[in-house]
Amino acid sequence: MRNQLSDTIVNIKPSGIRKFFDIVAEMNDPEVISLGVGEPDFDTPWHIRDEGIYSLEKGRTFYTSNSGLMDLRIEICNYLKRRFDLQYDPRTETLITVGGSEAIDIGLRALINPGDEVIIPQPCYVSYEPCAILTGARPVIVNLKAENEFRLTAAELEEAITPRTKLVILPFPNNPTGAIMEREDLEAISRVIIEHDLMVMSDEIYAELTYKGKHVSIAQIPGMQERTLLINGFSKAYAMTGWRLGYVCGPAGIIEQMTKIHQFAIMCAPTTSQYAAIEALKNGDDDVEEMRRAYDQRRRYLIHEFRGIGMDCFEPFGAFYVFPSVQRFGMTSDEFATRLLKEQKLAVVPGTAFGECGEGFLRISYAYSIESLKKAMGRIREFVKTL
Amino acid sequence: MDNIREAILTTIEKNSRIDLNELAIRLGTDEISVANALESMENEGIICGYHTMIDWDKTSIEKVSALIEVRVTPQREEGFDRIAERIYNYPEVTSVYLISGGYDLLVSLEGKSLKEVSQFVSDKLSTLDTVISTATHFILKRYKDHGTIMNTRTEDGREKVSP
Repeated sequence: MRNQLSDTIVNIKPSGIRKFFDIVAEMNDPEVISLGVGEPDFDTPWHIRDEGIYSLEKGRTFYTSNSGLMDLRIEICNYLKRRFDLQYDPRTETLITVGGSEAIDIGLRALINPGDEVIIPQPCYVSYEPCAILTGARPVIVNLKAENEFRLTAAELEEAITPRTKLVILPFPNNPTGAIMEREDLEAISRVIIEHDLMVMSDEIYAELTYKGKHVSIAQIPGMQERTLLINGFSKAYAMTGWRLGYVCGPAGIIEQMTKIHQFAIMCAPTTSQYAAIEALKNGDDDVEEMRRAYDQRRRYLIHEFRGIGMDCFEPFGAFYVFPSVQRFGMTSDEFATRLLKEQKLAVVPGTAFGECGEGFLRISYAYSIESLKKAMGRIREFVKTL
Repeated sequence: MDNIREAILTTIEKNSRIDLNELAIRLGTDEISVANALESMENEGIICGYHTMIDWDKTSIEKVSALIEVRVTPQREEGFDRIAERIYNYPEVTSVYLISGGYDLLVSLEGKSLKEVSQFVSDKLSTLDTVISTATHFILKRYKDHGTIMNTRTEDGREKVSP
């Protein structure tokens, strides 16, 4: 029988998260509590859901323009201007995608020629490496360090660059570490990026969930907007994960090519979600702020608890993850997480699911109520006592 | 209003049972500042009480609630204040509001039975001087009260682990 599958895809390692998810599912135990999710615990604010429902009632069930509803693109550009002082043209520099995920995928497909190198700082979200591989790119992993609060330094970037480097992926605020890049950090790497004439794909899906001053986008740094694809969306800030809606803003020439792929592969992002998103941008600022404050409180609580247990943990200022270290227990992340699951029925994700340098760390999500977090921390404390 | 006060109020408004230490950790401050802020807000009458939301329907204790619209002739020099005071002094009365529209006061009452509440209205409320008329509405079902939806879905619908 012939070889049925694409070798490229077969050779991509399956997600480490998936593996852990399967272990949890296999246990099939209602007592298991999880701190392993990557999506908000909040429901999409009602006024946004209501707008989505209304659009269905009104029969708005057709395709929208490939690039997305113009009203939505306009609102996005208004939002980027008012929140991050960025100017983008809704007509030519904005594309509505099926989540930030699609933007990452088609961004890579639009930029990469086989053999191009893509710098990917890890630990990071699971999708960048596989999507890069699928385009024929060669991923170049940069292992970020805890002592730098998992930020990308100019030196680390410089060391990873070769004549074949095309693109740097910047996932900040970061999943799984919760790290952010502040203005000085971005300025430092921008110098290197500009010097080597590189492109940047900035995944800023957690931009609104920043707890130290305001999020700075690398596109704000002089000389960077023309070489940056800014990816953002509605999943995390507006608790709209299931609506599958994101967007990318960037130079017109690149957006044009991305739109071409999007046209052929997707047609358009979900219409209902687009209408709901307009409402989100127009009237959702307060909801976002309320959720952000709630996350902030949980973040402080968790850091306090982990340090109390003696688990080393740098203070994360973004997203909704804490990345404590388990190195002092002499176990791998996998061992710790698996034992914690079996013995205390608590699921957390081993840091290795996000890159080899995640070894020795765990990703703990705080997209849970304080009550759930208290319960979970109680179980971790009990577990650590036995070690 | 400074930030810490506002942060305390928004946090405890929905959850007054939180302990000081936890509140301090969550707000990124220390216990003493929180205790002081609470005390001064209590003294200033900003924080008026710490109540608990109970769904009595789920217990064996019988409670009937009603909303009563009351029309009054306002008193000289005192407007509505004096009549409101005479009404709110009754412990059965759980709230009294001065409202705009066809009626003047909105009174909410709690009693053990329909009969008890009706009796209160006819014996104690309607008979007050200056009360012109009342309209009693019994509460049949409480959907949302004090910002809390009574029957929220509690299970977490998310996949247990996700990237």
